Amino acid sequence: MPQLTVGQALNQALREEMTRDDTVFIAGEGVGVSIHDNPMLPTAGLLRDFGPRRVRDTPVSEAAIAGLAVGAAEAGLKPVVEIMFNPFFTLASDMIVNHAAKLRYLSGGKSAFPLVVRIKSGAGFSAGCQHSHNLEAWTAHCPGLKVVMPATAADAKGLLKSAIRDPNPVVFFEDMMLYFAPGPVPEDEYLLPIGQADIKRPGRDVTVVTWSRMLGVAFKAAEQLAAEGIGLEIVDLRTLAPLDKETVLASVRKTGRLVVLHEATRTGGFAGEVAAVVMEEAFESLKAPLRRVTGPDIPVPASPPLERFYIPDAEQVITAVKDIM
Amino acid sequence: MAIPKDKMLEMLHSLLLSRRFEEALTELCQVEGKIPGMMILCTGQEAVGAGVCAALRPGDVIITNHRSHAHLLAKGADPKVLMAEIYGKRTGCNKGKSGTLHLALPEIGAPCTSTVVGAGPPMAVGRAFAQQYRGEPAVTVCFVGDGATGEGSFHEALNLASLWNLPVIFVCENNCYAGAQRLEEHTRIENIADRAAAYCMPGVVVDGNDAPAIYTTALDARARAAAGQGPTLIECKTYRWRGHGESDPQHYQPKEEIAAWRARCPVARMREAVLALGLISTDDLSAMETKVDALVREAIRFAEESPYPEPREALEDVYA
Repeated sequence: MPQLTVGQALNQALREEMTRDDTVFIAGEGVGVSIHDNPMLPTAGLLRDFGPRRVRDTPVSEAAIAGLAVGAAEAGLKPVVEIMFNPFFTLASDMIVNHAAKLRYLSGGKSAFPLVVRIKSGAGFSAGCQHSHNLEAWTAHCPGLKVVMPATAADAKGLLKSAIRDPNPVVFFEDMMLYFAPGPVPEDEYLLPIGQADIKRPGRDVTVVTWSRMLGVAFKAAEQLAAEGIGLEIVDLRTLAPLDKETVLASVRKTGRLVVLHEATRTGGFAGEVAAVVMEEAFESLKAPLRRVTGPDIPVPASPPLERFYIPDAEQVITAVKDIM
Repeated sequence: MAIPKDKMLEMLHSLLLSRRFEEALTELCQVEGKIPGMMILCTGQEAVGAGVCAALRPGDVIITNHRSHAHLLAKGADPKVLMAEIYGKRTGCNKGKSGTLHLALPEIGAPCTSTVVGAGPPMAVGRAFAQQYRGEPAVTVCFVGDGATGEGSFHEALNLASLWNLPVIFVCENNCYAGAQRLEEHTRIENIADRAAAYCMPGVVVDGNDAPAIYTTALDARARAAAGQGPTLIECKTYRWRGHGESDPQHYQPKEEIAAWRARCPVARMREAVLALGLISTDDLSAMETKVDALVREAIRFAEESPYPEPREALEDVYA
């Protein structure tokens, strides 16, 4: 199987879907000619290969970019628009939250909004909190949206292709620190169902539910704990909405212990939702209280030691696991 | 060039129907328990929808806002499904999900009524983009109030529509008030149409109570848009006879001001115009009014006799 980075896998997904379906178009700031020009990035080369009709560089206008997607999707096109950094989602959020998510419902099921909003997210490059912020829990709180947050190159490809074909608005979070992470990626028609978690590592003792870049942190913790005879089962959620409760609950019923790990801040983070589902539906299986490992409740700081303090690491996961063993 | 008789009569019918429809709503919303939620009316502004929609062709799309009733009726909405939706009934155009504020009729080219002020223009850009992308000979109209022009999204949308030469017509229905604020209290601009200059598109001011003048202006804008010459901003100067909503006591609107604008009633003016031009006899006009009255009464009967949705139907239509 070919090895691709997450960025290359996303690029392949975009190319395949654009080749397959003329109604797919790309729009956003720098999706054609970019200040971040790099062959590893998802939209690299698309303007050259698909032309300016289908790859639309826009002004710095997030509300218009998102509105473009909503209006075009209602007309039956399949827009894939990009929000350059997750904090700028706030500028596009009226179109996504009040319109993409609600207009089908308001139409009584007459209209559909098959659009994808790709959001470049995550901390780790010392850009500070107006370029680094993980707001996935906000979007998962909006009925009508699907929320996808892949961690591996193969999942990135399979889920982006499915997102583009989905008849609903999909918010697709791409952790920028993963763009250069390689992994095996199936060629051609590789589609993964949205709403299906994946057990990335089976284990006996503690379930770790995580998603996106924190998958790597979970693996690092799992390797160290394995040396001590503790087996972590790692559930990669992949999709936050709809939430694959069954996979999470089955794992917790098996291990009896749960740690939820995400990079986003703690209060109101999606770990709370996962925890609540487990408490409601698998309380009797729990052998110990569950634990959350998350970013602290602070804006993402810029200075490298401060930012490293912010981002959850394997040591914190190991501490949480040992705390409930 | 004289406006064809059928267009003049189409506008007259639309004006009469919108007025009668909202007169009925004005009374019905006073009856406890009859109509849920807010009631936001466009009474006095009906010429805008009538004039603009008469200039449109099948396949053209409108995106509208709070004061949508005249736009939707002029675009061809069935008064029965509108009324049933306003009543919250299952037979409404959106199965009771939208109510009066978000009426969505994609089947007549009116896919979205957004009541987030300023949200229409970005979506209209998207809708017009799709028309251009597919090479359709159609255009999109976006109706906004004067208040919406204070939103950033309005400016982002006009800029993008102009940059990409999109087939869109922005129609600003300047009714002198944004909520309780008079125009001069929310902008230094005297004519909203002047904002068009910032986006290199034509900005046209038209008497918003003169349906034929609005029709002619919209026809020109439509021709430009369909010919690939890009968007136009049309400002229709009109007046909000009612409050922002029916619960608004209108303390900030001088009585003399309301009276002066009532004297310029767009429905009366249209009626007089067609009679003066000999386009309709007084008998035929009476017959048209009787027919319009019957349409509205039938819509009310339909709404009142229709069932409410089952509570659990609330769970449907979230996802496709």
